[in-house]
Amino acid sequence: MSLASRETEEMAVRDVINQTLDEEMERDERVYIQGIDVHGRGGTSNILKGLDEKYGRERVRNTPISEVSIVGSALGAAATGMRPVVEIMYCGFLGVAGDQLLNQVAKMRYMFGGKLDLPLVIRTKNVMGANAAAQHSQALHHWLAAIPGLKVVCTSTPEDTKGLFKAAIRSNDPIMLFEHGGVYNKTGQVPVEDYTFEIGEAAVEREGEDVTVVATQAQLWNALEAAEQLGEEGISVEVVNPRTISPLDTETIAASARKTGRCVVVDDTPLSYGTQSQIAADVSEEAFFDLDFPVQRLGIPDVPTPFSPSLENEILVDTDDIVDAILTLA
Amino acid sequence: MSEQADQRTQPTDEERVEMLETMLRIREFESRMRDNFADAEIPGFLHLYIGQEAMATGVCQVLEDRDYLTSTHRGHGHCIARGLDTARMAAEIYGKETGYCNGKGGSMHIADVEAGMLGANGIVAGGVPIATGAALSSKMRGTDQVAVAFFGDGALSEGAFHESFNQAAIWDLPLIGIVENNQYGEMSGIDEQHPPSTHDDLTIYGEPYGAHREQVDGMDVEAVYDAAARAVERARHGEGPSLVECVGYRFEGHHEGDSEFYRDDGEYEHWKSKDPVETYPERLIDEGVLTADEWAAMQAGVETELDEAIEFARESPMPDPQQAYEGLYADGGDHR
Repeated sequence: MSLASRETEEMAVRDVINQTLDEEMERDERVYIQGIDVHGRGGTSNILKGLDEKYGRERVRNTPISEVSIVGSALGAAATGMRPVVEIMYCGFLGVAGDQLLNQVAKMRYMFGGKLDLPLVIRTKNVMGANAAAQHSQALHHWLAAIPGLKVVCTSTPEDTKGLFKAAIRSNDPIMLFEHGGVYNKTGQVPVEDYTFEIGEAAVEREGEDVTVVATQAQLWNALEAAEQLGEEGISVEVVNPRTISPLDTETIAASARKTGRCVVVDDTPLSYGTQSQIAADVSEEAFFDLDFPVQRLGIPDVPTPFSPSLENEILVDTDDIVDAILTLA
Repeated sequence: MSEQADQRTQPTDEERVEMLETMLRIREFESRMRDNFADAEIPGFLHLYIGQEAMATGVCQVLEDRDYLTSTHRGHGHCIARGLDTARMAAEIYGKETGYCNGKGGSMHIADVEAGMLGANGIVAGGVPIATGAALSSKMRGTDQVAVAFFGDGALSEGAFHESFNQAAIWDLPLIGIVENNQYGEMSGIDEQHPPSTHDDLTIYGEPYGAHREQVDGMDVEAVYDAAARAVERARHGEGPSLVECVGYRFEGHHEGDSEFYRDDGEYEHWKSKDPVETYPERLIDEGVLTADEWAAMQAGVETELDEAIEFARESPMPDPQQAYEGLYADGGDHR
């Protein structure tokens, strides 16, 4: 999507989320927020600041520390005429709400014969590189994407944050919306107009000829940086942002891999059974005969995130790792 | 101790007859399911409501059509008491396309969301947060709808119950929890499930949440009706959540085919003497609300209805296999 012809403004991801929720709550009175500490400072990452003052504490609801009933009651509200936007402070806390996500939210429509709209958004955040230790520092979108019945979206840029948030809130399906703590303060141009990005559509963020990098969230920013560096050395890198993890836009990703013949997938989930593996499998199935090299995966080695900076830095994927992976394919 | 009623809410004679018919319909429906399951007509497994008819019937009698309910793995009785069509229920249990969920849910997941029936649920206490959300939705939309969560005594050990009642109490939600104490959580007795301090009155679990609490004889449909009427009235007027325990018994096993090794001698006979489907018609006849002829006609009518319902289920087509890929998302299709 070209920004050239549209009015845009420079914004940080965190402000885009706040503004987008504001606009959607203004537009539709059924949209409301519930979560832990959403009043006052506006949630753990201060994303919601000011919305309680504007919309009141009925529509920006502070919940007890009860992830089961936070998710389950939002599901019940979604089934009976409301459009809840839930905040789960850290993605690791989704585990507390396990049954409601796995057996209720994901299965209700299908199990009841497809007759029920469930306009429910569950926002949470992946965190890496914040010295937050294993329970507060992980990426789990792959875990939810393994459950049929949940659509899983990963936001990365100011522009996609607005388009994907609006699409998620207006959708009649349950959406797991994963933000990333590492991109909240990233800035970029955002169209001023109202727009949505279709759930299930990937975007080519940077065009290139020699190698495709498929990257999500903080790794998308690293991948764009790697592409910039390698461009100066004459290597043309195409960067694809999946935007939605489930359903995955295999077509766009595979088309890019077919064009360049080389593909690196980078994501903050663990390498085994992670997002990278699914994308690598899809690219291999769809583009095998056009590939010059096996698809490369970058991610977290299969350990929980350690606390000490020296340990955490060891397991993180950074721009240099992406550059190195690309160079092994060159 | 549970709070006691100041004044008893008495059903009208017309309602009493309706409740008898509902209990009979549940009993006969479940009996047919039991027999046809034994004849291998029904796939999967079954949890039957036989013995507990007065609980669902007394509660649903006081609800309005606009109200919500969530149910359990033992949910056929709640569906029938809510007024769901026995033919479409039977078809669902038989896995047929004409069932409430087009064969995708089966016995444990019958739902009719348009009728406010937000689903039977295979997870113990799984429906309680959902009912809490329906109660929240009613409050936010400014209606006077109430939400009833049916669950067993076993659900009181689940975090979902406690989180929901805590939230409902803080937010003053129109939530009514009906504890169906049938003496067993699956195949374990109450002494293995709850501490001794709760055995005489399971509504004590509602005490820290400030819930209005009542314990009633779950074999007496009018006692259930009375307690439910008060709980619903409170909820409708913004007086917050209630917890009502119906003390009763499950005449069948946890599921069909259960050997029922856990029952004590004489236990079944003790409860059988309170069987609401046998004692209530006698009472209504004694009190002149119903004649013996009318009772016989009611039985014949229900029998015919259920014969037709079963026939409908038997003759309905199985779903087209391709329907396995439909209904997952709002656009109707599978996503891969």
